[in-house]
Amino acid sequence: MTAQPFTTEEVARIRADFPILARTVRDGAPLVYLDSGATSHKPVQVLDAERDFYERLNSAPHRGAHALSEEATAAYEGARERIAAFIGAQAQDVVFTKNATEGLNLAAYAFSNSPHPGIPGSERFALGEGDEVLVTEMEHHANLVPWQELCRRTGATLRWIPVTEEGRLDLSGLDELLTERTKVVAFVHASNVLGTVNPVQPIVARAREVGAIVVLDACQSVPHLGVDVTELGVDLLAFSGHKMFGPSGIGVLWGRREVLEAMPPFLTGGSMIETVRMEGSTYAAPPQRFEAGVPMTAQAIGLAAAVDHITELGIERIHAHELALTERLLAGLAARSWVTVVGPTGLDERGGTVAFVVDGVHAHDVGQVLDNAGVAVRVGHHCAWPLHRRFKVAATTRASFAAYNTVDEVDALLEALDRVPAIFGMAS
Amino acid sequence: MDLYQELILEHSKRPQHAGLREPFEAEVHHVNPTCGDEVTLRVHIEDSAEGPVVRDVSYDALGCSISMASVSILAEETIGHPLAEALRTHEAMRAMLTSKGEDPGDEEVIGDGVALSGVAKYPARVKCALLGWMAFTDALHQSGRETTTQQTQQDLPEEGTS
Repeated sequence: MTAQPFTTEEVARIRADFPILARTVRDGAPLVYLDSGATSHKPVQVLDAERDFYERLNSAPHRGAHALSEEATAAYEGARERIAAFIGAQAQDVVFTKNATEGLNLAAYAFSNSPHPGIPGSERFALGEGDEVLVTEMEHHANLVPWQELCRRTGATLRWIPVTEEGRLDLSGLDELLTERTKVVAFVHASNVLGTVNPVQPIVARAREVGAIVVLDACQSVPHLGVDVTELGVDLLAFSGHKMFGPSGIGVLWGRREVLEAMPPFLTGGSMIETVRMEGSTYAAPPQRFEAGVPMTAQAIGLAAAVDHITELGIERIHAHELALTERLLAGLAARSWVTVVGPTGLDERGGTVAFVVDGVHAHDVGQVLDNAGVAVRVGHHCAWPLHRRFKVAATTRASFAAYNTVDEVDALLEALDRVPAIFGMAS
Repeated sequence: MDLYQELILEHSKRPQHAGLREPFEAEVHHVNPTCGDEVTLRVHIEDSAEGPVVRDVSYDALGCSISMASVSILAEETIGHPLAEALRTHEAMRAMLTSKGEDPGDEEVIGDGVALSGVAKYPARVKCALLGWMAFTDALHQSGRETTTQQTQQDLPEEGTS
């Protein structure tokens, strides 16, 4: 049986766990929060988990042998196991980072212009002139700028897969773009602007042929689609906790074990070492090699509670629910001739993110009118400036859904949107 | 909505003095990196017996109605005016826009700029309204002009002159 969207009663129960959804904004307008792609709200279960850690267990994990530290270590590593299970992974292959941006930087900084003498297998991470890094035109800056910087440091060349008019990756030239010269290919699973869900399999298959490492930005897919790292077949995968009901300050970089083992460290310092002498140091095995300093313990525990919450709601139902809202919004926008959707207008291979432009009105102004009605959307280039250039727009208005959104909220957006033509004197 | 006064919409639809012109002493390009709004702006200042005068402010801008209206008002309120007066207008605009709504703006000083007073209540939009003015003072600076009102106002405090 295919998963069904949540019923009105179910959504009401879901919303009751998110206290912020009950507040009003701008002179009493009920909050209509359609910006979960930027950051999601947090249910009381996550807030309670964090608070509980500080009230009962607070101490530094993996340090000292006192009772609190042992209990905090168990809670921290237990969180790692629950989060790993959520993405079909083993706990020791899950590295905690500050967020996805840090995870992607960690991946990019594993590469250098020479192998690390103390890390066997790190030759794969040495880049130089003639080598290539492949990204796509629809990347968030977090999965673009670190690779630009890597190319600058090493002399490698950055190439990119173009985007079609419909907002899909144009893979027609994949064999020419992804070649023996390509050492790493980094791309987004679900676009944070277009909503497009990219086909992972053909890119992974081609990367395997040429021996390139595959890095996936899964920020918008792990919270909404259900991701199994063994099915995807990528080498490294990053996501953020705060976009999936979790706290800010926690993210994950998952890596295939042999890849993580061959990766030089990024941030260095305490807890990531094996031995330290004045002359030099050796490093711990993953994931500790990539977790320098006292970790974000409460945040990891909060993220594990978020994962439990998603599992309880059912990721398939979350996806079905968000797609139903997306369908209603796309239909509403299609009925307005003065609105153009940027991205796929159908539901195939799509997530619950919809970007659009109102003819002749800047997205900032559209967003302001919506905000005045209590409708929170994102306006601007959403950290994907090259993608906006590709579509020759300076900025878009973006609505993005989560499990707690309702059909009425979609209608509230459309109703508020209908005020735009009058305010800006458009002939509609 | 009180934010979008008729004057703002008029200026944003029909920006005054738009386009890039010669002569000019400095050209700058400013962007608002959060939304991608851009302005390229040129200034032409001439010295006269009464002091420097703003002869031209020309620009090419892409942005929301607030940023477009603000740069249009800037051109209207500064072209043909003594530089010292233009800088006072800038100071008054900045004071109003950053007042969180406390300062309604003085029409005698900032003219149509008072239509932007509603922006002060929306912190996320203040930088839209200031984009053109930041470009203006940067262009003045790059053309070698002083951009602080203290050094151009007549009523300088004693200690400031020594």
